[in-house]
Amino acid sequence: MEKRVTFRGWLLPLLLIAPQVIISAVFFFYPAAQAVWQSLFIPDPFGLSARFVGLGNFEFLLSDKFYRASFVTTAIFSVLVTLCSMIPALFLAVNADRLIKSSGAYRTLLIWPYAVAPAVAGVLWLFMFNTRVGVVSWYLGQLGYDWNHVLNGGEAMGLVVFASAWGRISYNFLFFFAALQAIPKSVMEAAAIDGARFWRRFFTVVLPLLSPITFFLLVVNIVYAFFETFGVIHTITAGGPQQATTILVYKIFSDGFVGQDLGSSAAQSVILLVLVGLLTVVQFKYIEKRVHY
Amino acid sequence: MAKQHQSGMVEKRGIGIWIAHGVMILGVLVIFFPIWLAFVASTVTQPEIVSPPMPLLPGDQFLANYKAALFSGVNVPVAKMLMNSLIMALGIAVGKIIISLLSAFAIVYFRFPGRWIFFWMIFLTLMLPVEVRIVPTFEVIADLGMLNSYQGLILPLIASATATFLFRQFFMTIPDELAEAARVDGASPMKFFIDIVVPMSRTNVAALFVILFIYGWNQYLWPLMITTDPDMNTIVMGIKQMFPSGDDVAEWPVIMATSILAMIPPVIVVVSMQRLFVRGLVDSEK
Repeated sequence: MEKRVTFRGWLLPLLLIAPQVIISAVFFFYPAAQAVWQSLFIPDPFGLSARFVGLGNFEFLLSDKFYRASFVTTAIFSVLVTLCSMIPALFLAVNADRLIKSSGAYRTLLIWPYAVAPAVAGVLWLFMFNTRVGVVSWYLGQLGYDWNHVLNGGEAMGLVVFASAWGRISYNFLFFFAALQAIPKSVMEAAAIDGARFWRRFFTVVLPLLSPITFFLLVVNIVYAFFETFGVIHTITAGGPQQATTILVYKIFSDGFVGQDLGSSAAQSVILLVLVGLLTVVQFKYIEKRVHY
Repeated sequence: MAKQHQSGMVEKRGIGIWIAHGVMILGVLVIFFPIWLAFVASTVTQPEIVSPPMPLLPGDQFLANYKAALFSGVNVPVAKMLMNSLIMALGIAVGKIIISLLSAFAIVYFRFPGRWIFFWMIFLTLMLPVEVRIVPTFEVIADLGMLNSYQGLILPLIASATATFLFRQFFMTIPDELAEAARVDGASPMKFFIDIVVPMSRTNVAALFVILFIYGWNQYLWPLMITTDPDMNTIVMGIKQMFPSGDDVAEWPVIMATSILAMIPPVIVVVSMQRLFVRGLVDSEK
């Protein structure tokens, strides 16, 4: 795609593009290059000099059981967040789609959590499940279940998953709802005339028509779980207990910023860069093909 | 997006509709519960919260708690943090829109050396979220002396490939005749940009503004790293700082009042500009 009609000159366009390019260079490319460079060194404990170790940091990371555990944690976490946010969202969107007049009102109410920052969502969920004052944990206690996410890794994971998925339900709902509204009613009527009941129509007709948007949301939600849930984890568990909720992004922060282990943190950044690159390529490959739904 | 064209053929039976209403109401209640509970906690006293179970209906301490939060806070008055958040969110939203409009205009309406290199450079920034270059970016900001400053909060977050691509795509749909006419009339490119391109883009700008404002307001990790001075804290990161370290009991009513205050501005923006917001969301993910 190119414009036929353009303006002449080269100085003006360079000036126009300069702010974007300078900011990208200073705050994106230089730090990314720094990360790659630092990943090849181990600084001495006083930060005075650094010893070149080649791929040593990477070798060490890949054999480090905490790092490998963090990969597994991240995988479990993102799969759970994606499922816990997409399934309720689809269910709600299908119901809202059946209601002609009031679906707008429900939509207005359901988009609220999208506006709530992940870190604030973390505080709200922490408050509900707080071991001392939490309402939900208190009622669970009355039912004989002793909730303690401070000590129990599985419960900690459950809590950060709920808090992360909560705001995401709004987002997924909006996309599913828009996609459902775009399905031609003639298709639904044809199925209805054939005598298919609602849920049968849903699984045989609607769900296949939703598969492009579903795939798109899968990718977007996984990216979200990887990178944008830092606030939830930092406010609720700080990665604990015993690193049970230390996802990759959190580990870069805690090793590099808190633990000052710069070489290892930089190597982790580089590994994550490669992962983001792959995810971005998948996203774009797919979006090129997404012509209709 | 009302659906007027649904004919009577599909699902007119009453019971299914009532079940659907029931499910939606239940869904809304469940999803709202955390916000409701935070609101209730912001209107009661500390003793009511620390002896569980806390009440589930609002108390009469609304004014006292919000006054305490806004004007005293825990480390710094919440009013100050709200102001910092507002400056950061507006700076990011406006900054991103301006530099993206300019660079998209340059890429679409000019042929200049290095155009494709710059284009790909902007594209690649998509692959470099701040979370993966935390430590080196922090070092850059420290070297530039921008710790605890608004520039430090805003600048590293305003380069946006998404906005640039959105505007590029939109500019491609502007009829060539308009640029042709401007050239024949001897109008300068900047006059064409300001008089024709920018006004035509206003819906896109507004939709993008909603998304970017929320993006900026809800930032957590970046302000957490570069604002060590409580006076520069943003509200979203400041809430966590209000929790005491060690065994002290948190001041829940004030913390919950702050949480409610932290979500009011983005919720107002999203709900009042719902149509633009949905459009912006769908556009920016394309």
